[in-house]
Amino acid sequence: MNQVVTNIDGYDVERIRQDFPVLDQEIRGKKLVYLDNAATSQKPKTVIDSIVNYYENDNANIHRGVHTLSERATLSYENARKTVAKFMNAESEKEIVFTRGATEAINLIANAFAEKLSAGDEVLITAMEHHSNIVPWQMLCEKTGAVLKVAPINERGELILESFEALVSKKTKFAAISHMSNALGTINPIKQMIDLLHQFDVPVLIDGAQAIPHITVDVQALDCEFYVFSGHKLYAPTGIGALYGKMEQLEQMAPYQAGGDMISVVTFDKTVYNKVPYKFEAGTPNIVGTIGLGAAIDYVTNIGVDAIAAHENSLLEYAVEQSKKIDKLRIIGTAENKGAIMSFVLDGIHPHDIGTMMDHQGIAVRAGHHCAMPVMDFFGVPATARASFAMYNTHEEVDALMAGIENLIEMFG
Amino acid sequence: MLDDLRDLYQEVIFDHNRNPRNFRAMDDADRQIDGFNPLCGDRITLFIKLTGNKISDASFQGQGCAISTASASLMTDIVKGQTEDEAQNLFSLFHKMATGEHVEMDDLGKLAVLAGVCEYPARVKCATLPWHTLDALLKGAEEPVTTE
Repeated sequence: MNQVVTNIDGYDVERIRQDFPVLDQEIRGKKLVYLDNAATSQKPKTVIDSIVNYYENDNANIHRGVHTLSERATLSYENARKTVAKFMNAESEKEIVFTRGATEAINLIANAFAEKLSAGDEVLITAMEHHSNIVPWQMLCEKTGAVLKVAPINERGELILESFEALVSKKTKFAAISHMSNALGTINPIKQMIDLLHQFDVPVLIDGAQAIPHITVDVQALDCEFYVFSGHKLYAPTGIGALYGKMEQLEQMAPYQAGGDMISVVTFDKTVYNKVPYKFEAGTPNIVGTIGLGAAIDYVTNIGVDAIAAHENSLLEYAVEQSKKIDKLRIIGTAENKGAIMSFVLDGIHPHDIGTMMDHQGIAVRAGHHCAMPVMDFFGVPATARASFAMYNTHEEVDALMAGIENLIEMFG
Repeated sequence: MLDDLRDLYQEVIFDHNRNPRNFRAMDDADRQIDGFNPLCGDRITLFIKLTGNKISDASFQGQGCAISTASASLMTDIVKGQTEDEAQNLFSLFHKMATGEHVEMDDLGKLAVLAGVCEYPARVKCATLPWHTLDALLKGAEEPVTTE
């Protein structure tokens, strides 16, 4: 457990940690080890400052006032849209719709496709989806009479590509696929899957909620119709996320909610909707959230998504290696291509007991079904414990995790 | 290192977790019902046999953490021989204890080992799931019970 692992060249994790004020605290008298990053990430000072700065200096409503503060707020809001577009390599910032998060983005799309689907059509998802990428499609199917098809996974938690391929047909009218599984860490071969679906002209939504902090996303190279993510897993505040959609798709989609900002002309006879993306942004949006998201993306881009991923992967490899020393530990999700998530169970010890006992040692891990009950069913476990790594985690924290697990095994006897 | 955790995880709890009492299906049960905690996925099936208004036998099956397993084990032991009213009364006392209200610990007998749970808000439902399930069963519910 005392093995010292040097950091990857040029990646200064200690300096990064100083940018995250929340990390510097003790929990129950122990140094906080935050390993619940797949649930939500911590926020760097620049993001926190951007929020304070906005409220202290620029707060106003957007897209309506002609006064200076409103112009400033509008500019910041629209700049954040440009930042997101550039980050995902969208062709235009007009293809970025701000939402509350990935969940709302998926619901927005499912809602719009209700008028495009009919009985007998099929919607294709995978067996490793988060509930938020299952339930909206179930509801859509109920509404339209379409059938939900689920592509299976194997024992390692990888998608079985041949089975997936066999499920794609002329009946398939939509596909929704996670880029990276939150419960297992599996990274799907989405480019290959998108190409396959496009042979049948199937529009594809990629749920990037887990992937976005770990994988460089290029929506033009991927050629997906939609890509959604939540800001809060990307070091931004909660309550803000984004939906990328190809312009041709967004233009023909019905609005999600009705209200201010999504209209261009309203009379009591008729309303003319605003253009994309505003058509999908009814009501006063989470302005400060978008500003925080912009600041988070700037922070991440400055360090580099690939450098962050390399660091996190070295943490994962180290954790997997060290966990082999613990007989009772079984990792759930051992895909060849996976991100920095280690879901595990301990023989005879329920994940909730693990969660409480780890918290007592200052270590925050997630225990539960991770909003992926079908995945738990597949592996025959009620729940798992999950350690998930972010840019600021260290190899010493992996050591603390392993020591914590050994302590609780001893306590359980 | 984990000494302060002993307030929650007392040896009796580990014992009941390792060897849960009354952990069996009951083929000739008068009533049975499922309890479910949708937040964490804990499940319990509770069985009772009634003789008059007395609980003459109680057992459970299911999957849960040490706290919920021990709680179900202790509960099925203690309510055996009690009248429905006595069991309901005990549920009310147990609920108070688990949520940190003042109760006379003597009235709770062995159940007092679960008193520590009130310090762990996220775990209170682990301890109370079996009791909520019993409460519903005694009230004649037939649909599965959830803690939410």
